[in-house]
Formats: sequence, C-alpha cells, structure tokens
Amino acid sequence: MESIPVEHGFILAGILFCLGLIGVLTRRNIVFVLMSLEIMLNASGLAFIVAAARWGHAEGQVMFLMILTLAAAEVAVGLGLIIQMFRRYQTVDINVLSEMKG
Amino acid sequence: MTLLFYLAGAVAIIATFAVIVQTNIVHALLYLILSLLAVAVIFYVLGAPFAAVLEAIVYAGAILVLFLFVIMMLNLGQHTRDQERGWLARPMFLGPGVMSALLLGQLLNVLSQVDQDMTVTRVGVMEVSALLFGPYVLAVELASILLLAGLVSAYHLAKK
Repeated sequence: MESIPVEHGFILAGILFCLGLIGVLTRRNIVFVLMSLEIMLNASGLAFIVAAARWGHAEGQVMFLMILTLAAAEVAVGLGLIIQMFRRYQTVDINVLSEMKG
Repeated sequence: MTLLFYLAGAVAIIATFAVIVQTNIVHALLYLILSLLAVAVIFYVLGAPFAAVLEAIVYAGAILVLFLFVIMMLNLGQHTRDQERGWLARPMFLGPGVMSALLLGQLLNVLSQVDQDMTVTRVGVMEVSALLFGPYVLAVELASILLLAGLVSAYHLAKK
C-alpha cells in the first residue's frame, strides 16, 4: 500500500503533546487544564498507533485501548472533583486552591 | 491516502492550538472534538480502523459529552469569559511556550535520526480482539476494575 515516513507520525504526536503541555501550564481554568490533559493522553495514544502501524503489530492498538480506559476513568474522577470544587469555592480558578497550607 | 494523513494532521494541530487559546469554553470543547475526529481519521489512514472507531465513540462521543454536561451544570456564563480573557494575557504563554518548544526541539532532534518509510499494514478488529481476549485478558479485567473504581469515586465525589 502507500507509505508514510514513520517520523512524521511521531512528530505529529510530539506537536500535539507539546500543545497540550502548553495548555496545562498556561490555563487557570481547571476545566481547560483537564481538557489539555486529554490532549496529552490522546497524543501518547497516537504515538502507540504509529508504532503499531510501523511494525504491523496489534499490540499498539491494545495499548491504545488501555490509554482510552485510563482517560475515561481519569476524566470521570476529575470532573467529579471539579463539581465539588465549584460547590465549595464558586469558581473554576485553580489559584484559589493554593491556600491549602498547614 | 498519504495526502489525507497530512491534511488530517494539519487539522488536528490547528484545532488543538485553537483549544488552548480559546476563551469561550464551549467553543474550545467543539474544537477539541474536531481535533479528536481528525486524529481518528489519522488512525484509519494508519491501518487501525478499530482504534479509529473507538476514538470517535469514546473520546469524541462519551468523554466530551461528559465535559459538556459538567459545563452545563457549572453554568459558566459571560463573566467567566471576561475573566478568562483577563487571565489569558500574551506574556503568560512565553515561559511555557519556550519550554515546550525546547522539548519539541529535542524530540525532533531524536526523530530526525529515524529515517524509515512505513508500509501501512491494516490490522483489523479480529487481530486486536484475539490479543485482547488471549494474552491480555488480565489487562482487560484490570481495566474494567479501574473503570468501576472511577465510576464509584465519581459518584462519591460529585454527590452533596
């Protein structure tokens, strides 16, 4: 079939991962931080799929499934925490949580 | 198909960039759905149709609908958008942007030494399922327990 240079797939995964990292470091709204985490997890899954395509194995897809499960569980717990945080502080600003001292 | 790969990659990068600079949270969510669907197209081009379908159903379907429900529950209106606009000053992107660019540069440097064409072989649902319910059955069971733990803790955390 057709051929795509394998490093282009990895470069795409790296760019998406770095964009997600910038989002995590920059945003102060906790919903955006969680969305950026999803972007990073998805980028690592893309790297696994690229490796699976390069070596023609199905194991990469199995690993992608595990990452998908992890992302689903993580986002459920994270959104539960966001709801609880919004109930207590009436804001989505993560800086209000910095007063957790002592 | 090669053209489709680069097209979908460009769409994914642009949509992801739009997510991290967007101030309206619902628009950002829609851009994220676009980005995930573009990645699903890439999965299909790379010969992983099962992963592509799961990406569309689980990521773009289930997880982002969960996000949407929470955004609706929190009722983040106009004032959050203005607040967000205040938080998202341009100098804020400088430090994280430089550090991420350095990381990406290192990645590109490592990857530039890899120079191989891959001939895409299609790995269908049957091969993946045979692995999932053969040697990796324990991992599947553990994943199901992880999902159960996530369900229980989300219920416990979100209730009053």
